[in-house]
Amino acid sequence: MITYFLCLVLFCIGLYAILRQRNIIKIIIGIVICEYSVNLFLVLFGYKMGGRSPLHSPEQSITNMVDPLLQALAVTSIVIGLATTALFVAVAIRLYDKYGTFDITKIHELRG
Amino acid sequence: MIQHNANKGMSIIVKSIARILTGFVLLYGIYIVLHGHISPGGGFAGGFIIALSYILIMLAFGKEEILQRVPQATITILESVGAIMFLFIALLGFSSGYFFRNWLPEGTPFKLLSAGTIPISNVALALLEVSLGLFGIFLVLVLLKFSQKK
Amino acid sequence: MIEINLLLGFIIIAAIIAVNAKDLLSAVVAVGVSGLGICITFLTLKAPDLAITQLVVEILCLMILVNATIKKDLPFSVSGRWFLNTLITIIFLIAFLYIGYQAISGIPRFGHPTMRVASIYIREGLEKVHAANLVSAINLNFRAYDTLGEATILFAAAIGVMAVMRSKGRKKKEERETE
Repeated sequence: MITYFLCLVLFCIGLYAILRQRNIIKIIIGIVICEYSVNLFLVLFGYKMGGRSPLHSPEQSITNMVDPLLQALAVTSIVIGLATTALFVAVAIRLYDKYGTFDITKIHELRG
Repeated sequence: MIQHNANKGMSIIVKSIARILTGFVLLYGIYIVLHGHISPGGGFAGGFIIALSYILIMLAFGKEEILQRVPQATITILESVGAIMFLFIALLGFSSGYFFRNWLPEGTPFKLLSAGTIPISNVALALLEVSLGLFGIFLVLVLLKFSQKK
Repeated sequence: MIEINLLLGFIIIAAIIAVNAKDLLSAVVAVGVSGLGICITFLTLKAPDLAITQLVVEILCLMILVNATIKKDLPFSVSGRWFLNTLITIIFLIAFLYIGYQAISGIPRFGHPTMRVASIYIREGLEKVHAANLVSAINLNFRAYDTLGEATILFAAAIGVMAVMRSKGRKKKEERETE
């Protein structure tokens, strides 16, 4: 249970960065940390004590594997995280180009 | 061989090592893509590794080398080809049942030509990922241009 | 599993440094370190496929972030009502952690998952698909719709990045025409 709780603490650190920081790059860092913690939680949920990695081998027949369904889900999630981070950084650079600063309290026009 | 121009890119040590290493990185990426159904890896990781070999050349030699070897139109075409190939393989499953059915004969396990349509799907996904990684390069190049203008 | 708890402690320390650093480049490097810790944790949890993917995606993400933060400084300024805002945030996070702890007490213990669907995949995966890598077989054969959806998302992100990065040229042309 300590392991799950530490994963939740990592998510809270990312959430604190999203809520309280004033620089857009720090907000993006907070989103990236939140994503790492969610992927880690998915893999932690499917771990079996004394299990083996989900690959078949030609010599032996393996019956005690860890959960492969959650790992397939986590692969998809990691690659999607990269795509959204690239889009965030592109929008942040356009904002810097227009306003000259990364500070979110100085970016106040809704349309531009 | 890529010539050494002292004005652009990094020092000559980095350039010599990058010249030697790029071929190995490319070969490793192709190996991971093709053996996606036997050993860990698959289309996603392998495609990104192939893109990383181009990124190594761009970081060591400056951006003109990559821009004259891989023009921007090629990247768009590569991405569309990858996505359409994946969808085409899925639609061909209609020929023997339902959408996304595995329509190639499955051979013996642990050989390279087994597991039905999975190797072809791996190659299609790898093409998509390679072009995405190269899009990342172009995003970085535009960022460099912005930061140098100020 | 004491080593997983130690690795998680290391990742949490790196994340705290990333959030509180004054220099933007140090914060990005700290995020890279925490991603590397996540990759090692995936290896300890017997997931080699995920470790390869996480490492490569981490490298690309770092490349984009580092190039976005070169030569741009962090404006350090503290506005009024700083104490009240931080207090409200901390109270909210403590309430979130408490409710999360109640939720965690309800799921099965760490290390004994209830694999109802996954046990069917493990038993019948090799004879139905003849693929040795079960994660690939699930991703591309049993659950191929999700991979199609993911390809669509990647496509949309690439188009989005291209659209956002290119509008500068068109605006300049419009300005030239109206002059």
